[in-house]
Amino acid sequence: MEAVHGHAHEHGHDHHGPTGIMRYLTTTNHKDIGSMYLWFSFAMFLLGGAMAMVIRAELFQPGLQVVNPEVFNAMTTYHGLIMVFGAIMPAFVGFANWLIPMQIGAPDMAFPRMNNWSFWLLPPAALLLILAQFVPGGGAGVGWTMYPPLTIQQGMSMDLTIFAVHILGMSSIMGSINIITTVLNMRAPGMTLMKMPLFCWTWLITAYLLIAVMPVLAGAVTMLLTDRHFDTHFFNPAGGGDPVLFQHIFWFFGHPEVYIIAIPAFGVISQIIPAFARKPLFGYSSMVYATASIAILSFLVWAHHMYTVGMPVQAQLYFMFATMLIAVPTGVKVFNWVATMWKGSMTFETPMLFALGFLFLFTLGGFTGLVLAITPVDVQLHDTYYVVAHFHYVMVAGALFSAFGGIYFWLPKWTGKMYDETLGKWHFWLSFIFFNLAFFVQHFLGLAGMPRRIPDYSLQFADFNAVSTIGAFGFGLSQLLFLYIILKALRSGEKAPQKPWEGADSIEWTMLPTPAPYHSFEKPPVIR
Amino acid sequence: MSNVASNRLLLRKLVVVAVAMFGFGFALVPIYKKICETAGIYDIQRADKVMNTQVDRSRTLTIEFDANTRDLPWKFRPLQTSIRAHPGELVHVVYEVTNTTAAAGLGQAIPSYGPQIAGQYVKKVECFCFTRQELLGNETRQMPVQFVVDPQLPPDVSVITLSYTFFELPGGKAPGAS
Repeated sequence: MEAVHGHAHEHGHDHHGPTGIMRYLTTTNHKDIGSMYLWFSFAMFLLGGAMAMVIRAELFQPGLQVVNPEVFNAMTTYHGLIMVFGAIMPAFVGFANWLIPMQIGAPDMAFPRMNNWSFWLLPPAALLLILAQFVPGGGAGVGWTMYPPLTIQQGMSMDLTIFAVHILGMSSIMGSINIITTVLNMRAPGMTLMKMPLFCWTWLITAYLLIAVMPVLAGAVTMLLTDRHFDTHFFNPAGGGDPVLFQHIFWFFGHPEVYIIAIPAFGVISQIIPAFARKPLFGYSSMVYATASIAILSFLVWAHHMYTVGMPVQAQLYFMFATMLIAVPTGVKVFNWVATMWKGSMTFETPMLFALGFLFLFTLGGFTGLVLAITPVDVQLHDTYYVVAHFHYVMVAGALFSAFGGIYFWLPKWTGKMYDETLGKWHFWLSFIFFNLAFFVQHFLGLAGMPRRIPDYSLQFADFNAVSTIGAFGFGLSQLLFLYIILKALRSGEKAPQKPWEGADSIEWTMLPTPAPYHSFEKPPVIR
Repeated sequence: MSNVASNRLLLRKLVVVAVAMFGFGFALVPIYKKICETAGIYDIQRADKVMNTQVDRSRTLTIEFDANTRDLPWKFRPLQTSIRAHPGELVHVVYEVTNTTAAAGLGQAIPSYGPQIAGQYVKKVECFCFTRQELLGNETRQMPVQFVVDPQLPPDVSVITLSYTFFELPGGKAPGAS
């Protein structure tokens, strides 16, 4: 962000690299790269959000009004891909870049050049996903899960999409290697693993998940590609392949992916809640173990996404119980957050509001997840709007709210500028209300049997869909307010005090000036 | 920085993990096949063993036959659209396939069942779907299917549809499909 840049020059730091666009193309500074990740993910968030608006506009009324079904299907596909791989994941990598070196007392990430590469792979991948909309045949209408045989029958947009997934995967793997190495090797003397802020722990675990499953996704889409063009038959029944195999491989990646998105969000929340409850995090070590258990369990439950493919009942039972088991460590985390607030002297600034919004709505999304874990119920609800409501509660109200909270929380540290507290609260309440308006009713739609990924629906679903569309547009427009708040803070925000949050106690607050200098911890701090 | 070397060592280890996991993605293909085989899940290209030949004369099932082609210029039909049979009884039916073009082609028939659950109770002793079928130009071939419906079939199933789809096999490039 500009403010950091300006600050570096003001104080005559030893930053005399290229300027303008070359500065950002060639930067190896973790703060620059973190900012670029965050801006990129916000741009992708607006793009994916615009696609969501197309979907909701079409679903405002029954019948086909706005787009034709092919475009609708492409929108559901790319909304999912862009939000997952373009918005949420890079946003948390941005947080990791900014915060991990500052929280463990390291001068930068372990491999700064590779860090630059991991970021600059993202824009080409995003361009491929956008380009896929404009090739003959239009965007691939397969859903973000890319199930064959439909995927094998799509036009060239599918190849662009597969290639984009490859690049995004490479970027994530490089980012993860960097994060693991930084956390394991670059901690300041005295900063033991169990003294690290929980955010670093959650990212360490997430990074391991990423290098374990992103290559599997890369393998799966490579098989799709060779099935499409090189006459292999991994998923093609005519040649002895099996489309269900793709679902198994995809969800072996896909379920850990859910936690790749959620676990860094847990980390952010675990920093925010203690700061505003003015109490240390309750049960720190149990938080670490719970996070690790969630990560391990996430590898063992993939087939609960595919109860309806015709699995033996023993497999269904196993996946049902294993899935429910995840509620235990997740419950540990939720109770620890609540216990952190217990008898704390709480204040409710914007970051805390988002953290509490996260806590309520993520828990609600977790409960609907438990409902969906029950095989016989899931067979009824599979591919209905109930599932859509469930995962938007954990992805939007979970990961996204946590990212918003994190931005408001660390913006003063990063830029030295305060955001407008009144507008921040407006942003929270508008997001909170419109989010529930958009997605709560979708539970009812799903329970009543409305299938997802279809541009038209029966008349009896009309009212709830209209409500949902109003909520979605309200939510989307509220995010423009967020952009305004950030720009206003950067342009004319009040100067942030050294420690804007009384209860924040990790070392980026206690040992570094505000705003954080362009180069921090060049000499490792001493942690007692 | 004193730990450049140890960073590089860790980098190398983690790259190995990532590459190994890429390989694991592909290893899942044979693992999956093996699991399905050992668990006896739905291996469509192998004859079933029929253990019990007890005929349940108290039930009569309607078995309907269906035929489709995909990407192949072949005419494919069952010689009988439906039959009535008892569970446990050995049923013999014939399908006929005709290559409508002058060039040879290679195809593979894949069965599917309605209702889906019936699939595991239709025990095929002999089927043209166990092997690939190569047809010369304008050749017509009659192909048998022999099966027994397991008497364990749930009592609420009284109609079974057995449907075959002929897929084009690459390698023996079918005519017409350029």
